Amino acid sequence: MAAQPVLVPEPAEALPDLDLGGDQGLLQWISSVDHKQIGIMYLWVALLFMLIGGVEVLLMRVQLAVPKNTFMGPEIYNQLFTMHGTTMIFFVAMPAIFGFATYLVPLMIGANEMAFPRLNALSLWITFFGGLLLYFSFLAGGAPDAGWFNYAPLNQYNYSFRPGIDYYCAGLLLAGIGTVSAACNFVVTILRYRVPGMGLKQLPVFVWMMLIDSFLIIFSFPALNAALAMLLLDRQLHAHFFDVQAGGSALLWQHLFWLFGHPEVYIVILPSFGILSEVFAVFSRKPIFGYSFIVGSGIAIGLLAFGVWIHHMLAVGLGNVVNGFFSASSMLIGIPTGIKIFNWLATMHGGSLRFSTAMKFAVAFLVEFTIGGLSGIAFAIVPIDLQLTDTYFVVAHIHYVFIGGTLFGLLAGLFYWFPKMSGRQLSERLGSWFFWLFVIGFNGTFLVQHVLGTLGMPRRVYTYPDLPGWGTLNMISTIGGFLMGAATLLLVYMVIKAIRSGPAATSDPWDAFTLEWSTASPPPLQNFDRVVPVRSARPFRDLKRPGDADWLKPGKKEGYHEREQSVD
Amino acid sequence: MRSIFSAATQEAARLNRLDTYFIVAALAVLLLVTYLVVYTSLKFRDKGNGIEPKQESTNLRLEMLMIGGPTVLVVGFFFLTITTTSAILPPAGTTTPVVLITGHQWWWEFRYPGTNVQTANEVHLPVGQRLLVVGTSADVVHDWWVPSFGLKMDLIPGLRNHVWVTIKKPGIYEGACSEFCGQQHAWMRIRVVAQMPADYARWLQAAARPAVAAPSDSLARVGGALFAHYACSSCHQVRGTLAAGQQGPDLTHFGSRSTMLAGLLPNTPQNVTRWLTDPQAVKPGAHMPRFIFGRDSIQALTAYLTQLK
Repeated sequence: MAAQPVLVPEPAEALPDLDLGGDQGLLQWISSVDHKQIGIMYLWVALLFMLIGGVEVLLMRVQLAVPKNTFMGPEIYNQLFTMHGTTMIFFVAMPAIFGFATYLVPLMIGANEMAFPRLNALSLWITFFGGLLLYFSFLAGGAPDAGWFNYAPLNQYNYSFRPGIDYYCAGLLLAGIGTVSAACNFVVTILRYRVPGMGLKQLPVFVWMMLIDSFLIIFSFPALNAALAMLLLDRQLHAHFFDVQAGGSALLWQHLFWLFGHPEVYIVILPSFGILSEVFAVFSRKPIFGYSFIVGSGIAIGLLAFGVWIHHMLAVGLGNVVNGFFSASSMLIGIPTGIKIFNWLATMHGGSLRFSTAMKFAVAFLVEFTIGGLSGIAFAIVPIDLQLTDTYFVVAHIHYVFIGGTLFGLLAGLFYWFPKMSGRQLSERLGSWFFWLFVIGFNGTFLVQHVLGTLGMPRRVYTYPDLPGWGTLNMISTIGGFLMGAATLLLVYMVIKAIRSGPAATSDPWDAFTLEWSTASPPPLQNFDRVVPVRSARPFRDLKRPGDADWLKPGKKEGYHEREQSVD
Repeated sequence: MRSIFSAATQEAARLNRLDTYFIVAALAVLLLVTYLVVYTSLKFRDKGNGIEPKQESTNLRLEMLMIGGPTVLVVGFFFLTITTTSAILPPAGTTTPVVLITGHQWWWEFRYPGTNVQTANEVHLPVGQRLLVVGTSADVVHDWWVPSFGLKMDLIPGLRNHVWVTIKKPGIYEGACSEFCGQQHAWMRIRVVAQMPADYARWLQAAARPAVAAPSDSLARVGGALFAHYACSSCHQVRGTLAAGQQGPDLTHFGSRSTMLAGLLPNTPQNVTRWLTDPQAVKPGAHMPRFIFGRDSIQALTAYLTQLK
């Protein structure tokens, strides 16, 4: 079979390198439709908003450091926590995931580009402008202040008459369009643009997870976008979808929001599962253990994700039958998650583990994410949820999932793929410092919040009475937060230093398995001169160890596709 | 504040058993994972000898174990969930609630069905009886939560929700609004005064009394006249007087409450004066506007309010 014809508009000029001091025009970046440049820009967007969201939360932690603090009033605090949550979910986690995926998916499947490069650029810019629009609210009379979950009827005009919530709707709708279009792009790219020989059983786990993720996005974001449009109608044109006094329903918002919101939790964790599967395998020098179970459990999570949203609403009084049903489905989701944890452990077992910074984050993830997963099961158990929901225990839980899960995965990915993206090596010495500072800061911040929740501290309070233990625990939490802040600055310093003057990276610094490592670091404009033949899930390893190739092994034949292998 | 483990009600005691099972199981899983992580990390560290590890990629029996173990745990906890929930939170049926809670931005209204008793922020309940507590909201979503009672319930406009409580011992139990409800969500705290049934009956009787229409103290009398004839009475009720507003807290026996503004401040004359002088400085966002009262009026109103016992 001949090479796939190039149907996409690609830039004709060579890609600029990442050196910030270089003289390559900014215009070249802004006008680019190259998936690698767009991927890197997504990551810069995520970093920019992460610094903003980080400053917001540090201000909040200063306010909460001591009881009855008067550092800031409720008006500002409520805007800060709303913006912190909204920013971190929609403008940090999502762009970071799309950054890695946009950069890596075509490379990992041996393609030259995404299926729709112009749409790809649109997805990035519309997401970025959605973020700018959201932040413009600060200048337009006040940021949204009803929480990132923005419950009705508090989100109605008569309870929040400043324009913040209108900007929330407009900004998230815009970003939502970018997100859904990016997901469509991934689905088509993954299903249509794989190199010959790469069946679905040879897909790298990360690509599999992005495929599942994209379907989750396509089915869940419309619920959010519909809710946002309805809310805008309520606020601007006096519709009454969520207005109880006029016959609307306050609960309708909660149903729509969590019908999106719970899948969203898996949307941000599945790509990290994918990244970790690559990292565990490569740094253990073994194939991923239980490939089909890891993929299958990902699909199971994707399906179950749509049947668990009521566990955010167990306290609204829907009755024991409804609560019981959603309790069961929420607990069930623990099983596929457990399968993954144990498969990663089995991948490490009997391996030859190299503890680079990427692997350190992956291993730390196993423990931190287990804590987040177990506290999540607590919320599936109805009576325990009725004790702990809306307390600081939830704050601890979500941060163990989002930071100990999603972010640790993304950081492992950053340290793993940085040489590929930049052609430079990050410092392992500073990486180790960053790792320990971040892990200690993270646990210092959030471990104690489990206790605060059981002691009766509700979440989303701008201040609290001087009750026994509350002040001390909050102070510990604030100190931990500042350690994480310091670690983040160290990371920014490391990245900029490495881009400017880091040692050059080889094309395959980790002795890796997948196709992206078979091309130069950073890859040339057209990704591959020639793609290595794909006969197993580890084509690049097969090439490097022809005598020990996966497809030669007995019992491995089912992974071999009798397909045409010429790919030049 | 007592923690969720202090179990002041029989429902919470039942719940704590489930909490204990869960904590034991969760810690066991966490310890197992942590042990495996530490063990494999130390044992299989790269020896630097360049020997390629065995390329083992799956093991069906191990996978079945990975699926079976969590499944057993999940099924077990599901049954505990169902049995515990139906024991402590059965449907309300046609039982008359002992108290109807209405959440407001940012205070609590308590009405005792079958009586004319209405109070705010501090609620009295008898011990030793299984009580139905019903809640709703007048504006946005709030949540009623006293940690040592075990369960919380959301208060939602247009809907009614309920919990059951059987308080074990007399005492003061503190709680707070647990669902974000706007600017002063932080200061929407709860005080439950649990009393022996006889004491409770006495309190209920006293609370049903109207306020004295003409206080003996002359300053308070002036304050009472101001209260009834000016803006106060359009929002606040003082039973037995002309003031019959329903927007703000019922103030009939205001002086007998230990705190004011939903737990923000102790109920002292100084604090009442501070509040009347500039409500927005004391509790920004509160729905009581700043009235430009003269110093004399504030003094009279303070005298009037503090003697409402």
